[in-house]
Amino acid sequence: MDIAIFSLLNGAVYGLMLFMLSSGLTLIFSMMGVLNFAHASVFMLGAYFSWQLSRWMGFWPALVAAPLLCGLAGAGIERFGLRRLHRVGHVAEILFTFGLSYVIAELVIMAWGRNPIENRVPGVIDFPAFTLMGTSYPFYKVLMTGISVAMFAFLYAAFKRTRLGLIIQAALTHPQTVSALGHDVPRLFVLVFAIGSALAGLAGVIGGFALLTEPNMAAALGPIVFVVVVVGGLGSIPGAFVGSMLIGILQTFAVAIDYSLLDLFRVAGHAVDRSSPLYEVYAVKVAQAAPILPYLLLVLVLIVRPRGLMGTRET
Amino acid sequence: MHRVLAVAALVLATLPAFADFKIAFIDPLSGGAASAGLSAQKHMAFFTDQINAHGGLNGEKITVLSYDNKVSPQESLIVLKKAIDEGAKIVVQGNGSSVAHAITDAVLKHNERNPGKEVLFFNYAAIDPALTNEKCNFWHFRFDADVDMKMQALTDDIAKNKAIRKVYLINQDYSFGKAVAAAATKMLKEKRPDIQIVGDELHPLQKVQDFSPYIAKIKASGADTVITGNWSNDMLLLFKAGHDAGLNVNWYTYYGGGLGSVPAIGKDGVGHLKQATEHHKNVMPTLLPEEEAFHKRFSDKADELYYWRLRNMFHLLEAAAKKAGSNDPVKIAKALEGMKMDTPLGPMQMRADNHQLLQPIFVSTLSDKAKYDVEGSGLGFVTDVKLDADKTALPTTCKMTRP
Repeated sequence: MDIAIFSLLNGAVYGLMLFMLSSGLTLIFSMMGVLNFAHASVFMLGAYFSWQLSRWMGFWPALVAAPLLCGLAGAGIERFGLRRLHRVGHVAEILFTFGLSYVIAELVIMAWGRNPIENRVPGVIDFPAFTLMGTSYPFYKVLMTGISVAMFAFLYAAFKRTRLGLIIQAALTHPQTVSALGHDVPRLFVLVFAIGSALAGLAGVIGGFALLTEPNMAAALGPIVFVVVVVGGLGSIPGAFVGSMLIGILQTFAVAIDYSLLDLFRVAGHAVDRSSPLYEVYAVKVAQAAPILPYLLLVLVLIVRPRGLMGTRET
Repeated sequence: MHRVLAVAALVLATLPAFADFKIAFIDPLSGGAASAGLSAQKHMAFFTDQINAHGGLNGEKITVLSYDNKVSPQESLIVLKKAIDEGAKIVVQGNGSSVAHAITDAVLKHNERNPGKEVLFFNYAAIDPALTNEKCNFWHFRFDADVDMKMQALTDDIAKNKAIRKVYLINQDYSFGKAVAAAATKMLKEKRPDIQIVGDELHPLQKVQDFSPYIAKIKASGADTVITGNWSNDMLLLFKAGHDAGLNVNWYTYYGGGLGSVPAIGKDGVGHLKQATEHHKNVMPTLLPEEEAFHKRFSDKADELYYWRLRNMFHLLEAAAKKAGSNDPVKIAKALEGMKMDTPLGPMQMRADNHQLLQPIFVSTLSDKAKYDVEGSGLGFVTDVKLDADKTALPTTCKMTRP
């Protein structure tokens, strides 16, 4: 029983961290139609910035400053990189962000080295928030949960309730009309890119504690974030939320399940012995297959519902 | 005329010096396992410079050529070919038994097809027992104690601790991790049949970002002890997740003292984290001269002389080349077989029957009272048991054909 509760808790926290990452990505995609391959790299920058800044000015100021820096970096990427490429088409833009992810990884290696840095949870938030059935639950994970829930609420309200949100929504589908009405659409793009990058940076600050802050972290997390965005539906923030939670919980629960196809056959009354040609495949436990489940889900979603769970466009 | 001379000088300068003895170092220098490879790379430079300082191998200077294989067997085979083309006589590799299997096969094939151009494979860390048993060959030499030898030492310690009742095995899903799980299961059954193995987990190699789900499982199983062969990021992240969940168990590890792991477990590991290694900083009352020199050369606190076995490897290589009176790989290999040597930690010997080095093994526990700490953490290992080289030997099934 307690393993179910903890799997749910761990899965939810992992899912929320994925959401922090994927919300920014989906926001940028819905605005500009560009899958930003450098998004996870900005997440990594967030982790490194917060580590560096918290040595200079303490944890709480760094928690604010690191995402701001990432937002600034994002704005720069849009203003001086993507905007020039916009008229050449999406392929050029995607290739640009793809190349950028490598450049950022190399820059990080030059600045902080190849080994993981000791990005430990700062003393002020390193204590168990509560203890449940003998397992303590760290406060930073509670903080992470709080921040990402607040982020979801903020994004949702900003999009649906504010004037700016309305203009952004309008610019998604009818950029010419919005521009003709006197709104500066390119500036909106910069703004959205900056917000998306700042969110990734914020995710990086917290994610850096939970994961390992090393030059490889972007490459390790990038693919799963794309899965989230595609499963949830490209361009949909509620979709990103649902997708993140689904994948977080799916992966965590799968680890807890020690059954294999063999057990299923046994229950069904078919005994499979070692002579069977596929015995090795049948014997793989669900727990061992956990890391591939998100990708399996991705394939399924693409077959059954290509626009994703809550997506609106058929791309 | 001047121009011709200048070009000629340039060409000569770029040509590889003929008198160099080339050693290829093939290991992960990027990606999730890079911390292990990069650390070993520094050891390689350190020990080869020592040999070069007193004249090299029979007068030939050693040059180390480094190749990044990203712990991938496929990539390793590509760079191995490149290394041999560039004139490497010895290939040194350690991280990843899957990689070592690929290299040992490829080296065997190369040597069969190219008599007179043989290459040796010095393995300093890939410890799947198969490499010196059913898969052994004449060209492969292993300088680290294998899975079974270290598990022998670890389970001896477990057998003495009557408080241990439930053991959880968590390992990486590839040949090495499976070998650890198999060795633990077999030896615990022999030495402590009363101990219950409450979990036998295999997780993907260097892919897991968050070990919390695994820790939840360990908790739920009621285990009081965890045995793991995890290394590099997989060890670090496992400790990190254990700390977050307040997991209180004994850790019996192969690489719990590896780079970054001790800072990750911190005080939780005091009295609980154990490792079986050929060296740690407190094996002797004071630091050994090599350790002092290593610290002087690499000033970062993360740079510690961790791979003592690389020191042993190069001392044996130097002695073997001297005994053979030649730098021919076949002659070096023959001289290495059965070679005995004294080290500051006790005698060692290269077994002739399966090319496994026998060296003293230490089982040690993390302590906050150690004289020398790990990576400036304030915590260091202290020896519980020392096994002399001859005590670590195990029977082998190796049948090798010699040239």
